[in-house]
Amino acid sequence: MPNAEEVKYTKTHEWVHVEGEIAVIGVSEHAQSEMGDIVFVELPKLGQNLEKEKPCAVIESVKSAFDVYSPLSGEVTEVNENLNSDPALINSSPLENGWIFKVKISNPDELNELMNLEKYREFVKQNA
Amino acid sequence: MYSANTKEDQTSMLKEIGVSSFEELIRQIPEKFLNPAFKFNDKALDEMQILKRFEELASKNTPPLNFVGAGAYERYVPAAVKYISQRGEFLTAYTPYQAEASQGLLQTIYEYQSLVCALFEMDVSNASLYDGATSLAEAVKAAVRITGKKEIICSNLLNPEYEKTIRTYVNGSCLITKLNSPNGVCETNTLNEKLESGNIACVIVQNPNFLGIIEDMPKISEITRSKGVLFIACADPVSLGLLKPPGAYEADFAVGEGQSLGLPLNFGGPYLGIFTCKKKYLRQMPGRIVGMTKDKEGKRGFVLTIQAREQHIRRNRASSNICSNEALCALMAGIYLTLLGPKGLRELALLNHNNALAALDKLTKNQKIKLRFARPFFNEFVVDLGTETSLLRKKILKEENIDIGLPLGFMGEEFRNCLLVCATETKNEEDFERLAGALEKNL
Repeated sequence: MPNAEEVKYTKTHEWVHVEGEIAVIGVSEHAQSEMGDIVFVELPKLGQNLEKEKPCAVIESVKSAFDVYSPLSGEVTEVNENLNSDPALINSSPLENGWIFKVKISNPDELNELMNLEKYREFVKQNA
Repeated sequence: MYSANTKEDQTSMLKEIGVSSFEELIRQIPEKFLNPAFKFNDKALDEMQILKRFEELASKNTPPLNFVGAGAYERYVPAAVKYISQRGEFLTAYTPYQAEASQGLLQTIYEYQSLVCALFEMDVSNASLYDGATSLAEAVKAAVRITGKKEIICSNLLNPEYEKTIRTYVNGSCLITKLNSPNGVCETNTLNEKLESGNIACVIVQNPNFLGIIEDMPKISEITRSKGVLFIACADPVSLGLLKPPGAYEADFAVGEGQSLGLPLNFGGPYLGIFTCKKKYLRQMPGRIVGMTKDKEGKRGFVLTIQAREQHIRRNRASSNICSNEALCALMAGIYLTLLGPKGLRELALLNHNNALAALDKLTKNQKIKLRFARPFFNEFVVDLGTETSLLRKKILKEENIDIGLPLGFMGEEFRNCLLVCATETKNEEDFERLAGALEKNL
């Protein structure tokens, strides 16, 4: 189980947790609280090849629908099927049960462009 | 809101653009083209004079005895539909912007959706779209989004205007292949072959088709869905009083033109786009739906929902730009369906069908007039008159004030002598006599 300190963040509010060759991806605590009550998640397709910073999933809340951008390039190896029946897992547990998908990392260098928690907090503060 | 256009306003506007009078502004239009009825007149008319003038103009309309259908149907609209829909509590063109403040209006849309779901036997209906053609085009776009495929198979007997609308919507991004109907209905053998390509998003069939003929929808739907392709049914809502509803043959999307449900012909619009789908495609549905919920005190309330993907919220990432609905037309359709009920709708559909049979019977007493396709039809049918039909139509319209039907020459040389004749509940034996008589005289 990742904690907020361990994971890395994007400017579009996704988090990434690296487990060997695989990266687990979700949205940040800050993002889920901004979105409000989540009612639906459109997951990426298994085997889909994602490009870094391109939209790959949609989170729909009572307020609006938000794109999720893939933080890394790579193939989707797993999606969180539990979100189909319980999309609010992203609200209640954004870093654990609310993970969205996993990719097989194709370019590890891309990880260097991500922010740690401290930098991400700074980024959120500046953009508030 | 009324904005006065005073003499002072006019003078100041004319001065601004540097002309001295209204006549000078429009001097480029030759005198002979200016319609004297609308000629600018300084002398204002009072209310009584205006009414008289308008009555004079209106009396110049001499509506013919009309046998044209082809997607827009002359129907009897019960007085209650007009009366109830014109009430101040209901009368509005669109969903209001502060929608939840208008609980009554939202309830009428909710009722409309429920009635449409019952009639089409589909899981969900949206709050309505512009017309049948745009509903169909939106269904095609949804099918393309869901499947990620870019080829569309479309019956060649889909209303040609609907096809044009689809082409406009998917312009350049999808390939449309026609499914031929040499015998007046879709050829199912060739459908099987066409589906083999593996790139097909959806198959579209209209029922009754453009020629009024009833298609074997359950069979076409089964063939289509067995190949993992989505099936889109375009159905005439009144025909559903007699025919199997799209839900019964598991259409993925079912759309239709709702004008038939208590709306006048309205010079071609506004009409009503019926849009329904299976529940699993709810998130791909364009527009919005009205949902029923409870407020914080536990009381029943209505809300707009499933609209988070629309243009007013998602901007350039929206899946459609339907930010409103045809609230007034949906209201009228809702009132109409409520007045008729399931039994009334069945009787209406039967009356339409029997009238069309009676009209055909009268026409084919004449040896020169032949039914073009020996197939079951609903309230429209194609006859071959043995002579080119579009000139004949003009002649009879001028001489007898009867519009005999839609000449089908635009569909190709083989339809040059064909006429699509429609008989709704508004016609009777006497009307069919007149039609048959006029044709007898001119053939």
